Amino acid sequence: MKILVCVTSVPDTTAKISFTDGDTKFNKAGVTFITGPYDDYALSRAVELKEQTGGTLTVLNVGEVDSEQVIRKCLAIGADDAIRVNCEPKDSYFTAVQIATIAAQEKYDLILMGRESIDYNSGVVHGLVGEMLGIPSLSPIMKLEIDGTTAKMTREIEGGKEDIEANLPLVLGCQEPIAEWKIPNMRGIMTARTKPLRVVEPVGEDMTFTEKYMLPAPKGACKMILAENAEDLIGFLRSEAKVL
Amino acid sequence: MSVLIFTEIDNGALKKSSLEAVYYGSEVAKMKGTTATVLAIGTATDDELAKAGNFGASKVLHANDSRLANGNIQAYSDVLSLAVTQEGAETIILAMSSLGNAVAARVAAKLKASIVSNVTELPDFSNGIKVTRSIYTGKAFAKVEMRGEKQIIAVKKNAISVVESSNLAIVEPFTPTLKESDFAVKVTGTHKASGIVSLPEADLVVSAGRGLKGPENWSIVEDLANALGAATACSKPVSDLDWRPHHEHVGQTGIKVSPNLYIAAGISGAIQHLAGVNSSKVIVVINKDPEAPFFKAADYGIVGDVFDILPRLTKAVKAL
Repeated sequence: MKILVCVTSVPDTTAKISFTDGDTKFNKAGVTFITGPYDDYALSRAVELKEQTGGTLTVLNVGEVDSEQVIRKCLAIGADDAIRVNCEPKDSYFTAVQIATIAAQEKYDLILMGRESIDYNSGVVHGLVGEMLGIPSLSPIMKLEIDGTTAKMTREIEGGKEDIEANLPLVLGCQEPIAEWKIPNMRGIMTARTKPLRVVEPVGEDMTFTEKYMLPAPKGACKMILAENAEDLIGFLRSEAKVL
Repeated sequence: MSVLIFTEIDNGALKKSSLEAVYYGSEVAKMKGTTATVLAIGTATDDELAKAGNFGASKVLHANDSRLANGNIQAYSDVLSLAVTQEGAETIILAMSSLGNAVAARVAAKLKASIVSNVTELPDFSNGIKVTRSIYTGKAFAKVEMRGEKQIIAVKKNAISVVESSNLAIVEPFTPTLKESDFAVKVTGTHKASGIVSLPEADLVVSAGRGLKGPENWSIVEDLANALGAATACSKPVSDLDWRPHHEHVGQTGIKVSPNLYIAAGISGAIQHLAGVNSSKVIVVINKDPEAPFFKAADYGIVGDVFDILPRLTKAVKAL
């Protein structure tokens, strides 16, 4: 089986978010970048599937040169090779075009990615790629088993989940508990250094343009209610906050 | 030229989040000097669908092919893009959901449209079409210009305050021809908790964490939720421990909610949890630890024992 896993390089979940250049650029200073947590689930399941069924596992990142540390970590975890599309992924449509262009040439059986990136949270790239390739797309997938050319999956829906069967090829957006996150071992880290990483230039253009970034208005002080007067809360919610 | 709103039917009626999207779409239509048309897929009566008019729509296209019962993403995408063509729509509006986002994405690729999700306000038409979206899991916002000839806007819950009228919409049947290949994906089973308030749709949420000490103690959370008509939610450790199902887990890697009221009991408020709830209008935190970081993000706080406080709040709500 030929598997592609698309990964993002995103600020650590605990990172303090701020902007520079008149609120037109993300401030990278002091921020640690990690593999997108959902992408990590996708990669971990892909490594398991490759162990079971054989084949190849490629990671793809649409990102600038500084995402190569994330790509190397994915190679250390078990991907065979990597492709980086050399541009800043600012627009879902544009990002999907990059993935679909490569996938149309390489004809993967399975394309996995996180359900969404944790920077832009769009959650639409898998669907865009699926339609661009003319194959089904499903997300968020929390369980994936491959039996020959059939995939059996569980997808989370509002208030529950559904079981799905479909033939490969497929594009899937993944989330927990599809697999346990894998940590690279020393041998993986050593071999990752020499695994092939191909850099290609992007095609097409952005369909959206981010004009300005903003931080939320600071939260007002928390109104503390003494435990013995806890019932007063209900009155405040009704008359003051007007949410009941 | 009209604005088209993709909606979802649940139990014979348009979902609450979809009605919010209808209102949002109608406001966009007013700004553009045109009308709002709703696409509704599934089983519902004409009388029920006509109520989309209460939220500003003038027309409802009703597609009710029995093969569409299971929320099939590819088939829904085809139905929506055919409706866009029929109506000559430029702007497509929908509410964020597991089905809505999936359909919107495929339709964006079909139409070569700009697509933006998590939109939190009405668009600005003063110079191009610009929308405000939430990014970094609610930790920031971005103002984004949509440059495509067609635009798809996926709206976050509570992006707009709805004002209802008594107008009714005209309901027309919509019977597009669907391809057999649209049904290649088979839904073989659905497991859905019944009779509860759906978490992403809920206006009020009661959530609890490890402070509850075990799944056997959840009845005090459910009692308060039932008294309020709220949905129940939980923190990641609680879902990881299997005390509660994954679809109740709110946070960075779980469901993101933006209800009017979020009550957190026995949750310390790790940054990953806050990411999933920080767009709630009002946050109440109940925790025995006065140093719990969640208090910094709260509007109301009570330092106390959840086993004492929650039943008392339930009693106070019932007394209203």
